[in-house]
Amino acid sequence: MSGPFAQLRGFGVTFGTMFKKVVTEQYPEEKNPTEPRFHGRHVLNRHADGLEKCIGCELCAWACPADAIYVEGADNTEDERFSPGERYGRVYQINYLRCIFCGLCIEACPTRALTMSNEYELADFSRASLIFEKEDLLGPMMPGMAAAPHPMVEGYDEQDYYQGKVGRATPEQEEYVRSREAAVEPAPDKDST
Amino acid sequence: MGIEEKLPSGVLLTTVENLAGYMRKSSLWPATFGLACCAIEMMASGAPRYDLARFGMEVFRASPRQADLMIVAGRVSQKMAPVLRQIYDQMPNPKWVLSMGVCASSGGMFNNYAIVQGVDHVVPVDIYLPGCPPRPEMLMDAILKLHEQIASAPLGVNRVKAEHEAETLALTAKPTAQMKGLLR
Repeated sequence: MSGPFAQLRGFGVTFGTMFKKVVTEQYPEEKNPTEPRFHGRHVLNRHADGLEKCIGCELCAWACPADAIYVEGADNTEDERFSPGERYGRVYQINYLRCIFCGLCIEACPTRALTMSNEYELADFSRASLIFEKEDLLGPMMPGMAAAPHPMVEGYDEQDYYQGKVGRATPEQEEYVRSREAAVEPAPDKDST
Repeated sequence: MGIEEKLPSGVLLTTVENLAGYMRKSSLWPATFGLACCAIEMMASGAPRYDLARFGMEVFRASPRQADLMIVAGRVSQKMAPVLRQIYDQMPNPKWVLSMGVCASSGGMFNNYAIVQGVDHVVPVDIYLPGCPPRPEMLMDAILKLHEQIASAPLGVNRVKAEHEAETLALTAKPTAQMKGLLR
C-alpha cells in the first residue's frame, strides 16, 4: 500500500484489534483450571479406612533428583498402627524450595501413597515454611475414614489393602479411634513431630 | 528517610502507612534479572496472555535505579552473585526481592559448587516462589502475596518496632542444628 493513505494503515491495525477476542487471562479473579495431569503440590494418600498408604520405604527420596524429600520410617506396633503392614513414614518432609515437580517420586512410589495435586499457589515468605511436613502433605479425611493410628480391618491383611478390598472404616476401628481420642483428651499431644 | 520518620505512632502514621502502602503496591517497577529458564516464564507473565500491566507493573526496567522489585529468575552462579548484589545496591529504597523458582530460592537441583544455594545468601529475599519453572500464575500469585505485604508494611517508629520484634524472635528461635530432617 502506498500513496496518501499509507500512514493510515497503522491506525487501521490498531482499530481492528479492538474487535478481536482478548486473550488475557484474568488470573486471580478467574482461575483457569490446569491440565488434569499437571504436576502440582504433593499429596500423601490414605486408604479408604483412614490408614496411611506411605510405608516409609524412602524410594521417593532415592528417586528425587533434587534431594527434596526426607523420609524416616518406623515400625508399626500393635498399639500404634499408621499403615497396613510393617512400616510407616514417621517423618515425611518435602522441601518445596528444592522440588522441581518432575514426578519421579510419584513413579517410584510402590503403594501410590504419593501423588500430585493441581495446587500451585505455593509462594511463601520464609524458607522454613516451604518445607512441608507430613501433616501438611496428608490428604484430607474423606467421609468414612477414621484418623490413624488404628488397627487394620478385622480379617484383612496388607495385601487386601493394596488390592483395594478395604472400604470405609469399620465400627470397631471407629470405636478404637474414639476411645484413643478420649484417653488423649486431658493431656496435650506431645508427639507432634 | 522522609517525613514518616518524624511522625509519632498513632492514627496519622497508620493513615500514611496505608496510603504509602497502597501506592507502593500499585506501581511496582520490576528490575529484570532473568538468568535462566524462569526468565521465559517471567517474560510470558509480562506478555498479553497474563499481562502484568493489570497490576501496574508491565515495564521491566533494565536500569536498577528505576526499579524497586528485583525478580531473580533463575540459578545464580557464584560468578553472578556480586553482580546481583551490585544491581540490588543500585536500586533505590524501598525495594523488594522476589526469588523466582527453586534454583534462585535454594539452589534447587543444582546442589554443587557453581551455584549459589539460594539468593538469600546474597540479598535479603522477601518472598520465595517454588516451581521449576513456576508458571506465570504462580509468579502472579507470589507478586500478589508480596503486594499484600507491601500494602501493610509499617513505616517510621512502627517499622523500627517491627524490626526489633523480628530480631528478638529470630534470636530466641530454635537453632537449625537442633531441628530434624530437612530443616537441619
